[in-house]
Amino acid sequence: MDSLNRVSMVEKHLISMNLLKNYDNAAVILNKEENVSIMINEEDHIRLQVIYPGLKLKEAYEYASRLDDLIEERVNFAFDSKLGYLTSCPTNLGTGIRASVMMHLPGLTLTKSINDLISTVNQVGMTIRGIYGEGSNIMGNIYQISNQVSLGLSEEEIINNLVAVIKKIIDQEKRAREVILQTQPKELEDDMYRSLGILKYARLISASECLNLLSRVRMGVEMGIIKDVDIKKLNELLVNVQPASLQLIEGREIEARERDFIRAKILRESLK
Amino acid sequence: MLCQSCNEREANVHITKIINGVKTEMHLCDECAKAMHGEKVGLGYEMGMPLSFQNILDGFVEMMGGFPQSIIGEKTCPLCKMTFEDFRRNGRIGCDECYKTFKDEMIPLIRRIHGNIQHNGKLPRRTGGILKYKRDIDRLKDELKNAVSKEEFERAAKIRDEIKELEMKLKEEENRG
Repeated sequence: MDSLNRVSMVEKHLISMNLLKNYDNAAVILNKEENVSIMINEEDHIRLQVIYPGLKLKEAYEYASRLDDLIEERVNFAFDSKLGYLTSCPTNLGTGIRASVMMHLPGLTLTKSINDLISTVNQVGMTIRGIYGEGSNIMGNIYQISNQVSLGLSEEEIINNLVAVIKKIIDQEKRAREVILQTQPKELEDDMYRSLGILKYARLISASECLNLLSRVRMGVEMGIIKDVDIKKLNELLVNVQPASLQLIEGREIEARERDFIRAKILRESLK
Repeated sequence: MLCQSCNEREANVHITKIINGVKTEMHLCDECAKAMHGEKVGLGYEMGMPLSFQNILDGFVEMMGGFPQSIIGEKTCPLCKMTFEDFRRNGRIGCDECYKTFKDEMIPLIRRIHGNIQHNGKLPRRTGGILKYKRDIDRLKDELKNAVSKEEFERAAKIRDEIKELEMKLKEEENRG
């Protein structure tokens, strides 16, 4: 597999940056729907990843747990009755579970309440990261919220705690959007349509500008202000405008400057 | 080490800044660090360098007064040959045996990370049978005590029977293994 294909797998969340770094000695098994990946020789020997849309953490865990049982029929896992599953990093000990939810939080970002939120979430044993997990930057107001503590609690407790926090964050985000809508309705609408305008008519656009504008348009669609853009299209674009995915679509390697031009073209055609 | 700012409390936040090649170090207590840096302390992506597990690990080790020199560099895992110094450097353990080799050093660290050192989640299905029975029996015994103290004798009797049943199963499993 060439390097473009590999990087695009990270952009699609099928593999992690860690696996990519170690690709000479690593492997991944994917299902057809591309929501389940079994990574081999990532940070640990085996890492299961199951992604479901929405807040279906229980379903995702049950699926992962069944896969785990199947693997365990043939493989002896390093397990200790006190410390649980022995992972190479002590931060994953115990259940070894990392339950994550990807959230689009433009309201909390605009009202500058996101920093408070991050410190609060840290206090209850959870963590907020950028869209590509550990060490990644916040892009397009998309945050990944996950449990930090993996030892001492059961998988169910970890998931329930996370869901409880996520529901609170959803409430806060809704409230933040209402506040903006009530105090600056014209400015908000203007901002959303300007963003859509740039995405529709730009001739050169960088990935980070594009993600930020897509976030504004998504917010507009979610709040029912922008009506003629399909959210599915926005989801597709979120992946397709990323550097490696974009080059894969075009079928060749492209320099950064030309990528900005092609990105603008992809956006124009998609949002026409 | 005392906090450089208030000179009163113990310094437990250590900040190293390198700006244009000039290195400055600061040692602060929690309160002064918060006052000076607001929410930014602890948020990896707001600083130039993401706060990695290794950085935190070193912080923990310092907070506990460091490890005796005898451990560092001398103790080596018999299975994978990793030293504790290796672990401090890259934050990853070499193999499952390392957790046994460096148990005395690891347990306080793990307690700091998770606030806990007793696994309470899923057990391996094939090899974890005995463990599961033992854990269920412990849990039921707690429930039994609770029921008795509340004088819920009917419930207590039910739990007692469940415990008996599990103890039988545990014996069978142990004889088989």
